Amino acid sequence: MTHDVGLAFGLVFDPYNVWVMIAASLFGLFVGAVPGLTATMATALLVPVTFFMPPIPAIAAIVSATAMAIFAGDVPGCLLRMPGTPASAAYTDEAYAMTRKGQTELALGAGLVFSALGGLFGTAVLIVSAPALADFALRFSSFEYFWLVLLGLSCAIVITAERPLKGMVALLLGLLVACVGLGNPAGYPRFTFGSTELTGGIGLIPMMIGMFAVSEIIRYAVDTSPQWKIVDNPIGNVFTGMWRLTKRYPVQILRGNVLGTIVGALPGAGADIAAWMSYAVSKKFSKEPEKFGTGHVEGIVESGSANNSALAGAWIPALVFGIPGDSITAIVIGVLYMKNMNPGPTLFTQNPQNIYAVYLLFIVANLLMVPLGWMCIKAAKQILRVPRNVLMPVILLFCIVGTFAINNTAFDVGVMLVAGLAAYVLEENGFPSAPAILGVVLGGMLEENFVTSMIKSEGSLTAFFGRPIAASLGTLTLGAWFLPPLVRRLRRLAGA
Amino acid sequence: MKINDAVFGALLLVLGLAVLVHVQSFPTIPGQNVGPALFPGIVAAGLVGCAVLLILSGVRSRPQAPWFETLPWLRSPRHIGAFVAVVAATIAYIVLANRVGFLIVAPLALLAMFVAFGVRPVVAVVVAVAGTLVIWYAFYKLLRVPLPWGVLERFAF
Repeated sequence: MTHDVGLAFGLVFDPYNVWVMIAASLFGLFVGAVPGLTATMATALLVPVTFFMPPIPAIAAIVSATAMAIFAGDVPGCLLRMPGTPASAAYTDEAYAMTRKGQTELALGAGLVFSALGGLFGTAVLIVSAPALADFALRFSSFEYFWLVLLGLSCAIVITAERPLKGMVALLLGLLVACVGLGNPAGYPRFTFGSTELTGGIGLIPMMIGMFAVSEIIRYAVDTSPQWKIVDNPIGNVFTGMWRLTKRYPVQILRGNVLGTIVGALPGAGADIAAWMSYAVSKKFSKEPEKFGTGHVEGIVESGSANNSALAGAWIPALVFGIPGDSITAIVIGVLYMKNMNPGPTLFTQNPQNIYAVYLLFIVANLLMVPLGWMCIKAAKQILRVPRNVLMPVILLFCIVGTFAINNTAFDVGVMLVAGLAAYVLEENGFPSAPAILGVVLGGMLEENFVTSMIKSEGSLTAFFGRPIAASLGTLTLGAWFLPPLVRRLRRLAGA
Repeated sequence: MKINDAVFGALLLVLGLAVLVHVQSFPTIPGQNVGPALFPGIVAAGLVGCAVLLILSGVRSRPQAPWFETLPWLRSPRHIGAFVAVVAATIAYIVLANRVGFLIVAPLALLAMFVAFGVRPVVAVVVAVAGTLVIWYAFYKLLRVPLPWGVLERFAF
């Protein structure tokens, strides 16, 4: 093990890798700080570039860029009352209220310090739990995997969708897209309509760039809200008072970290939902809930750490089972397959130095966040002055070229555009994109394990509950479907 | 555009039924009860079920929610222009890049979008050229992606 850890250090502190991490961090800070560009978009834009890198630098780029982007999303929240990424939306009003009270430093400092702390906490949980889970997962057969994937997909609908029906539709559309092409257990070309491009299936990467980058560009193009105004307060030392906050809110910090990691690890829910939930929890259990919304730092401390710990938490199911915890890790899984680092329990036994390197990358990225985040705050006003009407077309050209670069075909660029338009229209009408992307990523795995299980059991459905772990996972899945509506009905009856 | 749930439901119903009909033509595997039609069939059946529920909820919400509701941007020519520019620039790239060449199509696509987004002409021209060259250098030279030369093939370097 020490030998593998040594190898991991070598991989992470290789000069090329360090250079990649710093460049990706700056990129992530920029993307996070500009409203309308999200952490998921940063990941999607990085994919074409990481395509040309060795595995560890490719992962390093994504880990550092996303960690920085989630923190940097707090900056325009403070200065413009506009979240830089959806993960900061929960406490944007609070942060802006603090700015109006002249406490910009405290709000940004709390965002920065507790983001880094949250990221480190999530990483610690990842390090402790992932190998244990992987050990456990080694004994899984197709029955367990079938339920696990179905449970993940069910969570995505129950947690993320305001209206589960719309989440369900998004998921089914994603699963249908995953059916296209030869990649099914029978090897029969489905829904290809004689097109050679479609026999290989619809490309995951073009689709993701479309859904998470092009759709944001379209959203910007049709955005009719007025131009923003930057608050022109001078920003002082952001680290003042952080130790005092830590001593004052230890429970809140711990609670935010734990809740964030759990929400992150649940498939479909990522940093944004973790932040909303944490903010609500913080207000509910606070001794001074009446201060929330008036520029009170408590909620920022708790939810600011939750969104960064969610980021690391999402990697737990992604690495161990190949089930993404959020849309960022959905893209990461695509990258891992591209790099022949197929996620799953064997990832932990074969070439363990790669897994140690991933842990180390998370630690380094979250430590790097403190000095680089400080620089970002210093440069915030300049970053926010970058005109978005110049930026967005350049990003679109980058998306086009990046998509083309994966397979050198213009067909993929078409896939990107269609995915972008579809994601925009669906989201405008309340269909969430997270279940859709999970459906696309997990469709193949779900079908494969379903078909294998059906063949093994000769069509009997009781066999799906024949093994103890499979039976528990199956019960959990059915519970996720039927409990929430049941509880709602009971509550309505009790109320009436 | 805001579309009533019932309209979405109807579209999804058509899609679901079309898939259900189409998968009937998939071959069955002798001696096995699960063929390539099973999984998409289940998904499509689920889609049909959801579509029916969506139609019901859409019709129930009808008095308040119209079939189609135009969003503010559809009344602003500038925003329609920006939307059209984004879509048209991408389609133009797909259709023209191979024949005409990246170095001609890319700056023109950028320029069209800049104009639609209301960027000042001088800035638009400068960034269109500079942006194209930076992306071309990064992908063609550094990452060795074969971006098409098109009519400039003779000058390729």
